[in-house]
Amino acid sequence: MSEAISALNGKVAAGEVTVREAGLRGMIILRGDLSDKKLRKVCTALTGVKVPEQGQANCDGDKGLCWMSPDELLVLVPYAEATQAVTTIEAALSGTHFLAENVSDARAVIFVEGRFCREVIAKLAPVDLHPDTFQPGDFRRTRLGQVAAAFWMLDEDTFEVICFRSVAAYTFDLLAASAKAGAVGMFPTPE
Amino acid sequence: MLTLRCPYCGVDADETDLHGEGQAHLKREGPGSSDEDFEDYLFMRENPKGVHFERWRHAYGCGKYFHAARCTSTLQVFGTYSAQTLEPPQDIKDKISGARPGWS
Ligand SMILES: [Zn+2]
Repeated sequence: MSEAISALNGKVAAGEVTVREAGLRGMIILRGDLSDKKLRKVCTALTGVKVPEQGQANCDGDKGLCWMSPDELLVLVPYAEATQAVTTIEAALSGTHFLAENVSDARAVIFVEGRFCREVIAKLAPVDLHPDTFQPGDFRRTRLGQVAAAFWMLDEDTFEVICFRSVAAYTFDLLAASAKAGAVGMFPTPE
Repeated sequence: MLTLRCPYCGVDADETDLHGEGQAHLKREGPGSSDEDFEDYLFMRENPKGVHFERWRHAYGCGKYFHAARCTSTLQVFGTYSAQTLEPPQDIKDKISGARPGWS
């Protein structure tokens, strides 16, 4: 098999807020009944985290679960485990109505890290990112500039962003430009 | 800017996150319907100044279709509700009646 390379091959735009492409990541779209016990069990077994509530993401390193819609989860695993994870899901949910698809190579993951990371995202998305309404663990599917994207907060200084691979360069440049332009000062920033 | 709460995500989605899908609660006319009914179904839409029911899609979000009740002249939003219904739920009708007595 050919060697897999992520969309931007780990590109970094360093600064007060750093934008960094995460490299390869295993991503699986899972559609089904999110209240189903078998589905919840296999998701937790694969990732080690609980199935998130509406609008939430539970992540731990390369692994995690993101709430995409009332019948859809994004399952995050290390890249090398994605194929096996799909097989595991298919075995666990056999006979039920579901869909599991490895989309690792169709997506890109970008980290936005630094003191005013909130504002870097807020300048680009029609989402209220005030600390009162958006906190670590919160997850949102929306747009960044001209393209569809999703993001969640890992901690007060870190956003994780996903977008389609075909627009990874645009998304990266957009985030890097927003970071380079500096803080707006709309939100209280952590010291 | 219009902001609608997606009933599936529970988030307040800006108009640019959404896609308008036209008048709500249309009855589909298929094979076997009269030409007049089929033409009405395809082409004839209400264009009220006032209370209106619309379909929207949370295009950049969950991707689901939902319904919205709003006023076309003031842009007041009375509420949003599930797509899995043939008519507005009673609580939405009550809200409209509170704001626009005698609406139809
Ligand atoms: Zn939604």
